[in-house]
This record gives sequence, structure tokens and C-alpha cells, in this order.
Amino acid sequence: MKILVCISKTPDTTAKIAFTDNNTKFAENGVQWIINPYDEWYALVRAIELKEKDPGTVIHLVTVGEADTEPIIRKALALGGDEAIRVNASGADSFFIASQIAEIARQGGYDLIFTGKETIDYNSAAVGGMIAELLQLPYISLAVKFDLEGSTVTATREIEGGEEIVQASLPLVVSCQKGMAEQRIPNMKGIMSARTKPLKVVEPVAVDPLTTIAGFETPPPKAGIKMIPADNPAELIRLLHEEAKLI
Amino acid sequence: MSVLIFIDHSDGAVKKASLEAISYGAKIAEQLGLTAEGALLGNLNEDIASLGKYGVKKIYHVADVALDHPDPQVFTEVIAQIAEKSGAKLIVFSNNLHGKAIAPRVSARLKAGLVAGAVALPDTSNGFIVKKNVFSGKAFAFISINTDIKIISLNPNAYPVAVTEGAAAEVVPFTAAVGEPRIKVTAVNKVTGEIPLGEAEIVVSGGRGLKGPENWNILEDLAAALGAATACSRPVADADWRPHHEHVGQTGLAIAPNLYIAIGISGAIQHLAGVNRSKVIAVINKDPEAPFFKAADYGIVGDAFEIVPKLTEAVKALKG
Ligand SMILES: Cc1cc2nc3c(=O)[nH]c(=O)nc-3n(C[C@H](O)[C@H](O)[C@H](O)COP(=O)(O)OP(=O)(O)OC[C@H]3O[C@@H](n4cnc5c(N)ncnc54)[C@H](O)[C@@H]3O)c2cc1C
Repeated sequence: MKILVCISKTPDTTAKIAFTDNNTKFAENGVQWIINPYDEWYALVRAIELKEKDPGTVIHLVTVGEADTEPIIRKALALGGDEAIRVNASGADSFFIASQIAEIARQGGYDLIFTGKETIDYNSAAVGGMIAELLQLPYISLAVKFDLEGSTVTATREIEGGEEIVQASLPLVVSCQKGMAEQRIPNMKGIMSARTKPLKVVEPVAVDPLTTIAGFETPPPKAGIKMIPADNPAELIRLLHEEAKLI
Repeated sequence: MSVLIFIDHSDGAVKKASLEAISYGAKIAEQLGLTAEGALLGNLNEDIASLGKYGVKKIYHVADVALDHPDPQVFTEVIAQIAEKSGAKLIVFSNNLHGKAIAPRVSARLKAGLVAGAVALPDTSNGFIVKKNVFSGKAFAFISINTDIKIISLNPNAYPVAVTEGAAAEVVPFTAAVGEPRIKVTAVNKVTGEIPLGEAEIVVSGGRGLKGPENWNILEDLAAALGAATACSRPVADADWRPHHEHVGQTGLAIAPNLYIAIGISGAIQHLAGVNRSKVIAVINKDPEAPFFKAADYGIVGDAFEIVPKLTEAVKALKG
């Protein structure tokens, strides 16, 4: 069993989001970087659990990013995984990233490809589906549960208004979200061993991105709050009805 | 040439998020001088032609019952065939759970640039630029789509449903070579009787300040009186006080209702990220220093257990 887990670097959830260069670039100064939570908490941890159940399993991590993503990929290796591959390019758009990962997947012959549901910076939820299409593999999107018996997969995926329980055979692509696994903290042994795990750097294949970022905008600040005295809560309902006209 | 709108449905009905996508696609078609056409896969319990009132002129309908489950691989194949037939220049999806599953595959299939999570009509004055939600609600990006065929997935609650004077749509039966889905659906569990959180216009949300799951009845009563959906903060879902699908925030669902009422939630940055696109936010918290007040339009400093039942009474009195 060979699993490929896609890892993305994102700003910390408390990072201040601001832009430079006439609102065309994310202001990276002073920003702490983390593993995209969906990739870490659900995709990676579920892969590690599968390996714990079947120790013959091999886990590779892949990231598309420049050299500054290496601390993140080492942090992911500290949680688990046997080796990592970094495609040496900045991720121009979802299609570019998916095309690079699809190429790694073709060469590596993986049975299972895990992505997080989406990244918390670009929120496109697109890379998993694109990889699946490029490789002509089935795609279980937004999985909240994933089990493996031999090469038969049983998973639960979120659909409009509920959930579907599905069955499929390997190989396939899965996007992972809450429910798949529980967040873990790396232990000392993991952190030590991550330093020496192989981290292979490969050059990207030539692919044109389909989209480009023209600029950014931050939402306008709120106009200010209206406080309602605690002894008259009905006033809030009156304001929501007469002033905001929402109820 | 057309703007092709993917008409998503569940439980035999075209839901609000999908009607928004139809209205949005029809508006862009009008702007660009293209025809608004629809792709409907699977069957509805309602009249298909009457969807014309949302501005779609022609609907390609594939009635194969195998399509009642939205398998991304099979749907991509069928949508690609319809897109070709319809001469689609732009394909519009709702960025709901089905859109998230299918649109990226169609994008890779057609090498058509995708903007997922659009919040406004595209700017076509100089190229084709779409505003989308990024950094989990903390910012917007303007994305230029550089391919001949383009794809937009519209965020729920970002564009109003518009009923036009339009006549009934022409329904064109379409036969697609539909392969066997390689993913077999063995069971479907639908949450019945609840307003889907992503589509709700009013959301009543609770945090750790409610102390325990046994106290949620006061929040549910308020939600019922308002016709609202219920949501919660992450620690509440983590503690299994509430189901996971109610978790909103940076690592849960990002929502944009007209009104978000936060009860006993501190307003941590990760929570705000998922809700700050709400049009109006009202906060009830006993701590006047709670950060949520800085992001709110209305606030009451006080004990939720006293205040919330009074709000419910006031709503009932108002609605008679
Ligand atoms: C990487 C990361 C991702 C995260 N993602 C999310 C996310 O997606 N969504 C999310 O919600 N959180 C998220 N969090 C957690 C977030 O930081 C906060 O810890 C969480 O939102 C706090 O939940 P809370 O407001 O319910 O609880 P608390 O912070 O404990 O706040 C409870 C509030 O209730 C008030 N209160 C208490 N009693 C009463 C009463 N009787 N009446 C009225 N008010 C009362 C208190 O004054 C307090 O403000 C994330 C954290 C991290 C590190």
C-alpha cells in the first residue's frame, strides 16, 4: 500500500491578512506558517492511522512550493510519513499544483491520494478533484470517514443535506475533512526522526496555469456596534425588524 | 454560444443555492450577449420547464436515474458532452458541496480556468476577472481567468435569486454515454427537517458559554421562532455537544447569512473567519470585553440564559 498525502503551507489562523505592492501580494512579513489544518489534522493523520493498522504501508508527502516550505514539510514528517517530495515551484493556481502532483503520482504508483478539503488561504477545494480527473481516478470528495479492507474502500462523504456511504476500489483520490481523524501533536521521537527522513526536490513539469491573481481586497470595517441594554432584549428584535429589516 | 449553468438538485428539488447560480448565470449571459442554458442531470419532482422564470432559456436534461447520485467522474463526462453541444463559453456551478465535488474535475477535463467561491458578477471590461472569497473570509481576491472556456462556482448567499418575466425554458432531452460510476453509493443519510446551514438566511449559533448540550433548547427555540438554522463554535462540536456539520469558522463551514446571532461565543479570530461575511451580526455575551463585540452590529452584554428566552418571546410577539 502506497499513500500520497498532499501538504500545503498556509498562514497561521491568527495571522493578520494584509497586502502589499498595490494590493497584489500577500504581506508575508512576520507571518507564521503552518501546515494547512485540513491536510495535517485529517489527511495526514488518517494516513498515519492506516499505516499503524498495516505497517507495510508507505506514506509519501508531496508539496508544491519553494525552499521556504521545507520547515512545514519537516513538521509534517515529524507527525509521520516515510519521505517527502517537494516540487520546486510556487503554486501558481490550483490547476498548476494539481498537474504537478498528478505527475508525481504517475511516477510513484500510489494506491491512495489524500488531500485536505481545501486550504485555508485560497479556499478553492479544487486540487483533489483536478488530480483525480488528470489521473482518471474516482474521487471521494469531502470525506468525513474512510476505512480500508484489502483494496476495498468504505467511506462517508458529505453531500447536500446529508451524507452518503460509498464503496470503491483502489486506486482513488480522497479529500479529507473533519471526522476522518483527530489532530495529533508530534512527539520527540517523531521530531528527531523527521530530520533525517528523505526530502526529495524535483523540478516542475511545464504547465500553464489557467488563472492568475489580479489583486486583493480586505473587507470594509464594520460601521460600529449598537449596544442594547440587558434589561430590554426585545429592543434587539425591534431593531432587527425595523432598522435592519431582517426579521 | 452559451453560459451553461449546472442545475444542482437534491431530494428532487432545485434548492436555493442552485437557483442563485441560475440567476447569476442568466445575468452574465445577458451581459455578454450569450444564451443562458442549463444542464440538468437526474430527475426532479417539479416541473423542469418552469425554471425558465430564473432566466434559463434551454435546459439539456439527462434523465438517466443513475445520475440521481452526483458522482464527480460520471458527471464530469456528461457535463463535458453538454458543454460541447451547447457551445459553452462559461460554465456556472453553485459552490455548494456538489459543486465542490464536480467543478474542479470539469475544469481539469476542459482545461477551463476555475474560480471557486465567487461572490460577485465578473468584471468583463478588461479581460475576465472574478471576485472570490480568500483567507477564509478575511479577504477577497480578484482572479483573472485566462482560458477560452471559463468556470465559476458561486458561493451560496452571494447573489440573489431573481425571478424574471421569462417564459418556460425549452427542455431538450439529452442522451449521454454514461459510464458505470466507479464509486458505489450503499446508503444515504439525509438530515431532514433542518434548514441547511450553508443556505440559511438567519443563523443562531452557540458557543461554550451555553455550558452544555442540555441547554441548547433555548437556542433551538429562538431558531425555530426565527426560521433560522443552528450553528456552533468549534469546541462545542469537538465536545460532541452538537453535530460536526454545525461547526462554523476557519476550520469548519464558512457561512454568509443575512443575520448571524452569536450566543456565548467569544469571537476568536478563527471563529470570525467563518462568519464575518454575514451581513448583520448580533452578539450576546456576558463579558463586555469579548472580542466578538468588535466585529458585531448589535450587542447585548448579559447572561444568555436570561436574555435568549426573552428574545424568543419578542420574536413570537412580533410574528403573532
Ligand atoms: C488552528 C485553529 C483553528 C480553529 N478553528 C476554529 C473554527 O473553525 N471555529 C471556531 O469556532 N473556533 C476555531 N478555533 C478555536 C478558537 O480559537 C476558539 O477557541 C473557539 O472559537 C472558542 O469557542 P467559544 O467562543 O465557544 O468558547 P470560549 O472562547 O470559551 O468562549 C465562551 C464565551 O461565552 C461567554 N459566556 C459564558 N457564559 C455565558 C453566559 N451565561 N451568557 C453569555 N455568554 C457567556 C464567555 O464570556 C465567552 O466569551 C480554532 C483554533 C485553532 C488554533
